[in-house]
Amino acid sequence: MKRFRPATDDPPLMRLFLGAAAILFMLLFLVLPLLVVFSEALNKGLGPALVILSDADSLSAIKVSLVTAAIAVPLNTVFGIAAAWAITKFEFRGKAFLVTLIDLPFSISPVVAGLIYVLVFGRQGWLGPWLLDHDVRILFALPGIVLATTFVTFPFVARELIPLMADQGRDEEEAALSLGASGFAIFRRVTLPNIKWGLLYGVLLCNARALGEFGAVSVVSGHIRGKTNTMPLHVELLYNNYDYVGAFSVAALLALLALVTLALKSFLEWHYADELATVHRH
Amino acid sequence: MSLIIDSLSKRFGTFAALNGASLTAPQGAFVALLGPSGSGKTTLLRILGGLEAADGGSIRFADMNWLDMPARERKAGFVFQHYALFRHMSVAKNIAFGLEVRPRSKRPPRAEIKARVEELLSMMQLEGLGKRFPSQLSGGQRQRVALARALAIEPRMLLLDEPFGALDAKVRKELRLWLRHIHDKAGVTTIFVTHDQEEAFAVADLVAVMNQGRIEQMGTPQDVRRDPHTKFVSEFLSA
Repeated sequence: MKRFRPATDDPPLMRLFLGAAAILFMLLFLVLPLLVVFSEALNKGLGPALVILSDADSLSAIKVSLVTAAIAVPLNTVFGIAAAWAITKFEFRGKAFLVTLIDLPFSISPVVAGLIYVLVFGRQGWLGPWLLDHDVRILFALPGIVLATTFVTFPFVARELIPLMADQGRDEEEAALSLGASGFAIFRRVTLPNIKWGLLYGVLLCNARALGEFGAVSVVSGHIRGKTNTMPLHVELLYNNYDYVGAFSVAALLALLALVTLALKSFLEWHYADELATVHRH
Repeated sequence: MSLIIDSLSKRFGTFAALNGASLTAPQGAFVALLGPSGSGKTTLLRILGGLEAADGGSIRFADMNWLDMPARERKAGFVFQHYALFRHMSVAKNIAFGLEVRPRSKRPPRAEIKARVEELLSMMQLEGLGKRFPSQLSGGQRQRVALARALAIEPRMLLLDEPFGALDAKVRKELRLWLRHIHDKAGVTTIFVTHDQEEAFAVADLVAVMNQGRIEQMGTPQDVRRDPHTKFVSEFLSA
């Protein structure tokens, strides 16, 4: 007797092949490189890796990266919410232009983004002479790094929120308004709770990129060891000096920060699974 | 002490949604705005609720210059076609919202808010559902929550935008009778938007037939049905 197969099923062999291909690809291109980073870092044992990580230059790079993220991420969270709010809840002239502008950092090369800041703040730039006269250092100092990072990571929060908020529409905000809520109360009690998961996701992505940004920061930082090197720049510097254990140790720490971020997100999703389900089923 | 809407106009780009709409209704009346889609009934309702700004004309209500009052001070309870319940709040929190967002000086004490919520839940036959979330309710239940939420603020005016449009015929009939009952009990001026003439004639004291941004005719259901003033009204009613 012939056995019938549900019409929606692919042949078993095909399923096996597709599944295996996907897993193999992930192992090869995602997991393996990550393992290599950690194995190279621990090549000579944990001791040498920790020595590298605790030297003054590494500590300075870690500090610069963390401070940069600590400034850029909150700024972009506020900008991103404001932009998404304006774009999805109001009609105004130039909206399409604003949407395009938000995507700009995604579409231009980070190196170009860095060069823009050199053009503006550099010695020969528009504001360069004035800044020099007033002894304000932006380029080759922390402010430049923060600016370049903020520019490059700008779209993450906004991009995450715009489709979500557009999908949710204005009904709930209008209901809140008619019930007598102030603008701030509407935002805090209605808008924010509805977007908090998308917001969290955007912030985590933004943070990961802020810590990892190389191109734009490389142009504006000046690579001053122990002063304006960020973690990615420090990795490059160590690598170019044939200090492989050092380079991979810092790289491993950077990867570890990203993994912790991902784990945090997964944990929150798992912990609040019920709440997520009720909100999304509506 | 009545609602007087005078030559209201509103354009969206080149489209004239309202084109000199005028109507007068006594305080406490139940008015149905009836008309085909695009006739301006929802726009008129949204202007009454302060969700849209009029380009011209005036509205007086209970001797107040209604259009000069910010939306959040109007106390116009608005009920939306798709409920617009706060999806992340329980039913009880939804109903209490309008009371809880009041400035501290005007906010009722916690116990009073709780009692008011319980009272509304039982009035809406939603007892025991206070802890549920909107996604766990049926369409009819959601719309009753929305109505309870609008009534909680003791509105000066109740505005309903096709409130039963998303519900099936049986629930629609039940709810509209019951809405009439609530209106009679609360005594609040109610404006009800619908494109369903049977519904309009069944619940309203006054029916205003709208076409192309104007009120074509307004009167009691009997008068409008017996004596349509324009070709449009007679055609619309016989459709």
